[in-house]
Amino acid sequence: MSVVVIKEECNGCEDCLASCPYDAIEMVDGVAWINEKCTLCLACIEACPVGAIIQEESKIELPDLDKDAYSGIWIFAEQRNGKVSTVAVELLGAGRKLAETTGEMLTAVLLGHDMEEAARELVHYGADEVLYVDDPLLAGFNDGPYASVLSDLIEERKPSIVLAGATFMGRSFIPMVASRVRTGLTADCTALDIDPDTGDLMQTRPAFGGNIMATIICPQHRPQMATVRHKVMHPATKDPHHKGEVHIIRGVDESRVDNRTKVLEVVEEIIDTVNLAEADIIVSGGRGLGGPDGFKIIRELALVLDGAVGSSRSAVDSGWIPYSHQVGQTGKTVQPKLYIACGISGAVQHLAGMQAADVIVAINKDADAPIFDVATYGLVGDVFQIIPEIIRSVNASRGQ
Amino acid sequence: MNIVVCIKQVPDTTKVKINPETNTLMREGVESIINPFDMYAIEEGVQLRESNGGTVKVLTMGPPQAETALREAIALGADEVYLVSDRAFAGSDTWVTAYTLAAAIRKMGPVDLIICGKQAIDGDTAQVGPSLAHQLGIPFVAFIRKVRTAGSDEMVVERMFEEGYEVVNLPLPGLMTVVKEINEPRMPSLKGKMKAKKAEITTFARKDLEVKDPHLGLDGSPTRVVKIFSPDLSRSGVKWQEEPAEMAKKLVEGLKEQKIL
Repeated sequence: MSVVVIKEECNGCEDCLASCPYDAIEMVDGVAWINEKCTLCLACIEACPVGAIIQEESKIELPDLDKDAYSGIWIFAEQRNGKVSTVAVELLGAGRKLAETTGEMLTAVLLGHDMEEAARELVHYGADEVLYVDDPLLAGFNDGPYASVLSDLIEERKPSIVLAGATFMGRSFIPMVASRVRTGLTADCTALDIDPDTGDLMQTRPAFGGNIMATIICPQHRPQMATVRHKVMHPATKDPHHKGEVHIIRGVDESRVDNRTKVLEVVEEIIDTVNLAEADIIVSGGRGLGGPDGFKIIRELALVLDGAVGSSRSAVDSGWIPYSHQVGQTGKTVQPKLYIACGISGAVQHLAGMQAADVIVAINKDADAPIFDVATYGLVGDVFQIIPEIIRSVNASRGQ
Repeated sequence: MNIVVCIKQVPDTTKVKINPETNTLMREGVESIINPFDMYAIEEGVQLRESNGGTVKVLTMGPPQAETALREAIALGADEVYLVSDRAFAGSDTWVTAYTLAAAIRKMGPVDLIICGKQAIDGDTAQVGPSLAHQLGIPFVAFIRKVRTAGSDEMVVERMFEEGYEVVNLPLPGLMTVVKEINEPRMPSLKGKMKAKKAEITTFARKDLEVKDPHLGLDGSPTRVVKIFSPDLSRSGVKWQEEPAEMAKKLVEGLKEQKIL
């Protein structure tokens, strides 16, 4: 299978050349031709105004996959220190929507120790079934044991879809699981749908640093695996009346578990102000602040609003604020009620991390900055004049 | 210490823009670079060689032009470089890439440590590192921000997670993926650049590796892209350009109305 130009349809406009990030298209005799640098990213198909570029079907005969042998939508319920992460509730929300479309059962998989109550609670968030594997070896996360246990469960029970959070944990061990089970894994999905014709899972995710969205499928392998971004899917609502079965599997077969790496110590670092990922209000600063001192005013506003401090990549790369505050494609994804972007231009890579905020306020000197296209409230002007006024107004409205 | 660093040549996605008229990618002036996270991997390999002795071999899978990335790696301190390239490998997804890289590594002599960057900035999946460890049957740790100790049998490293880090022991041979916090990549030296010009590149084509056909290239890849599109993030809102005090007042009123404040 490959991407090819239908010579007769090509009008020589060269739009495809301009769109190819890999320099894989050349003009040969006035017509576009795709060379071996092609990575099948499909950017050119999108760019061609006359539809002269197509994706050819594979000529290789693949063994027929019995898709009916695989059933069930699984979500991996990540936990740390005996507490299930909120990403699991989001996965249950997303999983439930898929289950309603396909008519399959929704299962939550929990690995840990002494977590029976947490396992039962997953039923209240919509799991029809919970597979809880209890073993002291699984109390704390480690790639080897987690990957071994989940892979074994998948091979034994054959789910059609497996979802996990695109967290440090998920992005670490889930690729190992997909590799072992010899199936496809799409990382960092922001949307999941079922193709009405094929029943396949359509996995949409940002690519090229968030500049473009790609929809990916895994047509000939099962299960279809995806890691899902935190704070993108809507969490399941709690229903104490929802019924489901909890299967507790006690003890793992140690001979099958890869236990070579060992966690010696866990160090939690206190990041100043509120935890960014969970914050309802975030005040964020970017290059327009001019330097590290510019963040003083950001912190003041965050304090007044009881919010967290965020940053664009620009400010982090310049050393003005630590990476833990970075919001964006290579930083954190946040979904606050209010996001105030100060001196941030609004590059696509930054938007990828915060565009799901309920209300976006943009403050920037440049009236043409792209951030204003996504802002609910756009304030054009000097950040250092505007923010003090906002603080004043907020205090006034509180009668201070 | 025999170190192998896996790198990828990628378009500089931080410079890729969207054509506002057609809503498609514009690659004008976008150059091919070594994936930024892989620069940290090369630097870490070089630093470990400086403290432990041994060699740093840099490996990449890509089209013939990836050779420029390998020459840059020499300039940054790599001892030997290897290119895995063949039309048969085109279109590989992460599973197949790991499978093919593993086949190449098996031809490169004894390895103590494999270092990969956390993720490539075009695919953004962070999957090749862990998959490669699985293909080679070695233990791995991901998102390493610091190496505490490195011996001949094991290393002690700090791996990141949301709230902080974990101190983990990695037995060798092993694999680690690294994040930007781990070091400051050095600039290529003049001597390095001279060496890079003359460096010999060992190439592995399909016939040089023990790989099976159904596992190669696009045909061997379980996942494939069916569609790409521009994200439509615009929303309708208000834009003011007035006195700061005026705008602040209107903003706070609006936020109170929306029950945010």
